[in-house]
Amino acid sequence: MSTDLTPTTSVGGTDLMECVYKKPGTLTDTKFHYCPGCGHGVVHRILMEVIEELGIQEHTIGVAPVGCSVFAYHYMDVDMQEAAHGRASAVATAIKRIHPTKYVFSYQGDGDLAAIGTAETIHTANRGENILVVFINNAIYGMTGGQMAPTTLLGMKTTTSPAGRTVDTAGFPLKIADLVALLPGAYYVSRHAVHTANAVRHLKKAVTKSFQYQKLGKGTCFIEVVSNCPSGWKMTPLQANKWMEENMFPMYPMGDLKVPKQ
Amino acid sequence: MPFDRSAGTRNRNTDTGTGWAGASTEWNTNTERKVAVADTRLMKGNEALAEASIRAGCRAYFGYPITPQSEILEYLADEGRKRGMIVLQAESELAAINMVYGGAGAGARVMTSSSSPGVSLMQEGLSYIACAELPCLVVNVNRGGPGLGTIQPSQGDYFQATKGGGHGDYKLIVLAPASVQEMADFVFEAFDLADKYRNPVMILADGALGQMMEKVEFREYNPSEHTPDKPWATVGKPQSRERNIITSLHIQPEKMEQINLRLQEKYKQIAENEVRYELVQADDADYLIVAYGLAARIAHRAVELLRAEGIRAGLLRPITLNPFPYQVVHSLAERTEGILVVEMNSGQMVEDVKLGVEGRVPVAFHGRMGGIIPSPEEVVAALHSLRSTGVLAEGGEEVY
Repeated sequence: MSTDLTPTTSVGGTDLMECVYKKPGTLTDTKFHYCPGCGHGVVHRILMEVIEELGIQEHTIGVAPVGCSVFAYHYMDVDMQEAAHGRASAVATAIKRIHPTKYVFSYQGDGDLAAIGTAETIHTANRGENILVVFINNAIYGMTGGQMAPTTLLGMKTTTSPAGRTVDTAGFPLKIADLVALLPGAYYVSRHAVHTANAVRHLKKAVTKSFQYQKLGKGTCFIEVVSNCPSGWKMTPLQANKWMEENMFPMYPMGDLKVPKQ
Repeated sequence: MPFDRSAGTRNRNTDTGTGWAGASTEWNTNTERKVAVADTRLMKGNEALAEASIRAGCRAYFGYPITPQSEILEYLADEGRKRGMIVLQAESELAAINMVYGGAGAGARVMTSSSSPGVSLMQEGLSYIACAELPCLVVNVNRGGPGLGTIQPSQGDYFQATKGGGHGDYKLIVLAPASVQEMADFVFEAFDLADKYRNPVMILADGALGQMMEKVEFREYNPSEHTPDKPWATVGKPQSRERNIITSLHIQPEKMEQINLRLQEKYKQIAENEVRYELVQADDADYLIVAYGLAARIAHRAVELLRAEGIRAGLLRPITLNPFPYQVVHSLAERTEGILVVEMNSGQMVEDVKLGVEGRVPVAFHGRMGGIIPSPEEVVAALHSLRSTGVLAEGGEEVY
């Protein structure tokens, strides 16, 4: 009896299993630190997949935020800068201005991009900086332990809105992608998710288009990814995705907010 | 060693200058900047600094308007852009300093400038820049505070500039010009020091130095000869190397301590190698005045007045406020009867002077605040008071 448990992939020189999917070479071998069910890992992967497929790894510079994805540069195998909280798009602006032929993206969460970094977000898009802004919206400050974010839904319980967010004390959820879409400098604004294979495919197309637009110097591309936070929301991953579909999507509907004029 | 005066220090009794006759406007493209030949102009301090930044090969300027330094942004928005500089008026000083972070991390010579309230807004970014060891120039044309304060000149930001300013254990290299000539010269110096040590450098001027007009001479300087390779910069990762990461985050305390130790070692080297100062009639001085920047010009006049009275007074002008010339103060203190520190603040550098003196002789202080510039006569009176009674003139404080 054989004790070798290695899967057999070829017999007599004939491949039995074709490799149809693998980790992109643009992701490092470092294991993600993200919680089970979190969307960050999927978005990281899609970004890096697109960069690999477009063959632009050598020409791409990324900017990581402060938040759960603060260590994005541990995983993304491109030159990267770690920005101060909220300032990723300002950092990205300077990189792109100095290296206009390179591809520059920033990657930020909702607290980073839509609270402390609101001014930078709006003005970067208003200047039409030729960068891709990737915005992960899970309606919570994940890394600091689940506090209320600008995008937290009304009634949603967080550690700083323990009875649920109310308009009286915290105002309304901020739909910052809608604001960005109003700006002439923003060329392409689109909202996505990564909870299903279909959603992932759509996001990948949007990321690919964004880099293509950047190559053409069209202006700011802004992709919001509505995501979850099973740990912060105190749900299982499946519960979190279901809750996201039922509660987040009505407030932050999927789809393009601004597309190039034909 | 004292700072080499031939490299450019104040030139107070010069003729009226040659205006714009020598202006060089031949640089047109990003890639083919011609080396500027020496020429002499009559310029505002802010303009001279801006002109120098173009000649120093500053690739990008990011700034936000604030009095009394807006001429820097204005000059560069016109002249800088014409000569290939990237000039971006940011939405805030926060954005500006973080653009400096991004631009420096991308391997370019970059700078920003502001005045006191705006520089306060930049402190977080400066801390990140210091930790990530990014070379850059930050100019503070100091105005009176605290708060919104006044737009008049002040030296109230000495502590902020020299002691770190933001969070954590870090230091800037701080250069204090005292003339329009030095407003220009120190830009070259600052970029060279920044690149040499991978450390942010601040030029700490004040509203008067920014606004006054004097003759300034620009000497030949070829940026490409002064700019080192920056293999650590984020410029896109070729297959031949690992990715470059610019960060100030080191979450393991052991790693963070190592980073701190490395920074402290660097600051020690800077202190050993880069102390700059100017001495005026200090050799035989019974009384030494210590002052920097604009206050040093006033103190210089006071020394002349005191000498005319037969009092042997001298001046020590720190040029690097960090690293501070503690050792120079220390050795001079042994040869004097007393030291008078003159500042346009409530007494900040005087603490560093006292650290250098180590109680050897009385250290007195005379300062004005809120945008008031002390007169040479005030300084003379303060020194008379120190000399005759050991008690200071009104408004002063005797310190040992």
